[in-house]
Amino acid sequence: MSALTDLTIAGARAALDKGEFSARELTEAHIEACESARHLNAFVAETFDLALSQAEASDKRLAAGEGGVLEGMPLAIKDLYCTKGVHSTACSHILNGFEPPYESTVTANLWREGAVMLGKTNMDEFAMGSANVTSYYGNVTNPWQRTGDNKPMVPGGSSGGSAAAVAARMAIAATGTDTGGSIRQPAAFCGLVGLKPTYGRCSRWGIIAFASSLDQAGPLTRSVEDAALMLQAMAGHDVKDSTSVDAPVPDYRAALSGEVKGLRVGVPAEYRLDGMPEEIEALWQQGIDWYRDAGAEIVDISLPHTKYSLPTYYIVAPAECSSNLARYDGVRYGLREADDDLTRMYERTRAKGFGPEVQRRIMIGTYVLSAGYYDAYYLKAQKLRTLIARDFQQAFEKVDVVLTPTAPSAAFAIGEKMDDPIAMYLNDVFTVPASMAGLPGISVPAGLSAEGLPLGLQLLGQPFDEARMLNAARFLEIAANFTARPSGVVEGAS
Amino acid sequence: MAIDKATVLRIAKLARIEVADEATDGLADELNAIMAWVEQLSEVDTEGVEPMTSVVDVTPPLRSDTIDAVVPRDDLLANAPNSEDGFFVVPKVIE
Repeated sequence: MSALTDLTIAGARAALDKGEFSARELTEAHIEACESARHLNAFVAETFDLALSQAEASDKRLAAGEGGVLEGMPLAIKDLYCTKGVHSTACSHILNGFEPPYESTVTANLWREGAVMLGKTNMDEFAMGSANVTSYYGNVTNPWQRTGDNKPMVPGGSSGGSAAAVAARMAIAATGTDTGGSIRQPAAFCGLVGLKPTYGRCSRWGIIAFASSLDQAGPLTRSVEDAALMLQAMAGHDVKDSTSVDAPVPDYRAALSGEVKGLRVGVPAEYRLDGMPEEIEALWQQGIDWYRDAGAEIVDISLPHTKYSLPTYYIVAPAECSSNLARYDGVRYGLREADDDLTRMYERTRAKGFGPEVQRRIMIGTYVLSAGYYDAYYLKAQKLRTLIARDFQQAFEKVDVVLTPTAPSAAFAIGEKMDDPIAMYLNDVFTVPASMAGLPGISVPAGLSAEGLPLGLQLLGQPFDEARMLNAARFLEIAANFTARPSGVVEGAS
Repeated sequence: MAIDKATVLRIAKLARIEVADEATDGLADELNAIMAWVEQLSEVDTEGVEPMTSVVDVTPPLRSDTIDAVVPRDDLLANAPNSEDGFFVVPKVIE
């Protein structure tokens, strides 16, 4: 039997039913892995005692034949999720010490299905970043390294700690959130499956808000089947989030035949960027060939407003962030910088509590919403968003899924791309358009770069058609047969 | 229009973020670079295009206005940097 930390959810869950090991043993193995990989800085709070008591409860339910879909599965939870009585700070100093008196709907759904919480994971502050270098708690290191080079690489972001934890076999799976690519891009950088569901598929209640019209919860896993199982537990209508959709949650795992004969796969011309690395282009072509050889129909499509997605995003997301983050005032929770004057107390608290990237985005958002500029920027961006969404609607009249690269490069070293915000923003050039349109997307590890780093391919689906997108992803997973492991993570280490 | 030092200070005031005087030039440069980059949106003709208000086509749901879950006051105050007698404490705002 392979090491307990090498198992997928599907594998571990079946083994628990057969009694091959206990939930407690499974959790203990992962705690040990967490302890030996602390140098990655993937976790900002460890909840091992809670995990062990949850695992023991799982063993009791399993013995009684009452195990849930995720019974006994040790998960890492992004620090953006409010977890009752446990560190929940969005990795921002402004939420210093915050322990919410309530539980987010998505994590509550996970615990209802028997999952176990190992701890809270590091992330870019308020999910604003693509390299996990803006966290108050420091950078996360990707367990992957370039061949013959021990320079620490970024895990991607903003769900960088979650991605590193799953890639390093510290957790069997993790939750992330995706506003413009924050699940899919770190999944690509860390050799994982990362799923962003349709906007409205999962409740946002209790997830610390960044850009409310874009934020969506989703899983990071080491297999497509595990992504299906996680989504199964996370998704569903919630009366506490009026944007969550009251539609049945299908059996996602049942959709995973891996059969793609007749599937119409769209390939958008506008995703061929000037200066895109040849290996990304080659991998994309390889993906197209895999589908074609399996009997799928490859359809050339056009998404003409693609190039405007990123600048549109950098109006809409900062605008919503400036509004959402207005609540951090040093009064009800978190940090306060004392002053005798109320306004100065606000200003000093927010200057000290927010990091530079968050301040930059609040300022941009405040500017584009301010009197005299609203129509020129925010309204213009919302109109662009209509055009971007329309591009996809027209494409989906001809295709079932869209295939693209996930990111324009493999992971880069910590310290690179740091002095130019726009260069950093370009990481999300392939993930942002679907976010603007609210569509589901998934990144699947599909190959290695010349430097030995993982590369992902992205599939986009129609709204609430995650099942078909997951099946297309399952095919890609079989075709790519990605078995590489991060150099620092030896098989059977625990 | 370029963002100058005075505009940076005005935005910072609106956003309630203290900005040190020596930081305003750098911030103005950064904000100008980002705004110059998003300026490319102006080349798209959006005449007659409806602004997007929601990515999912749903009617906002109605519910009855009833109390269903209440977090105890002390639990909420437990996270406050300063509280007294069941209240949040703020600097004096009324002379």
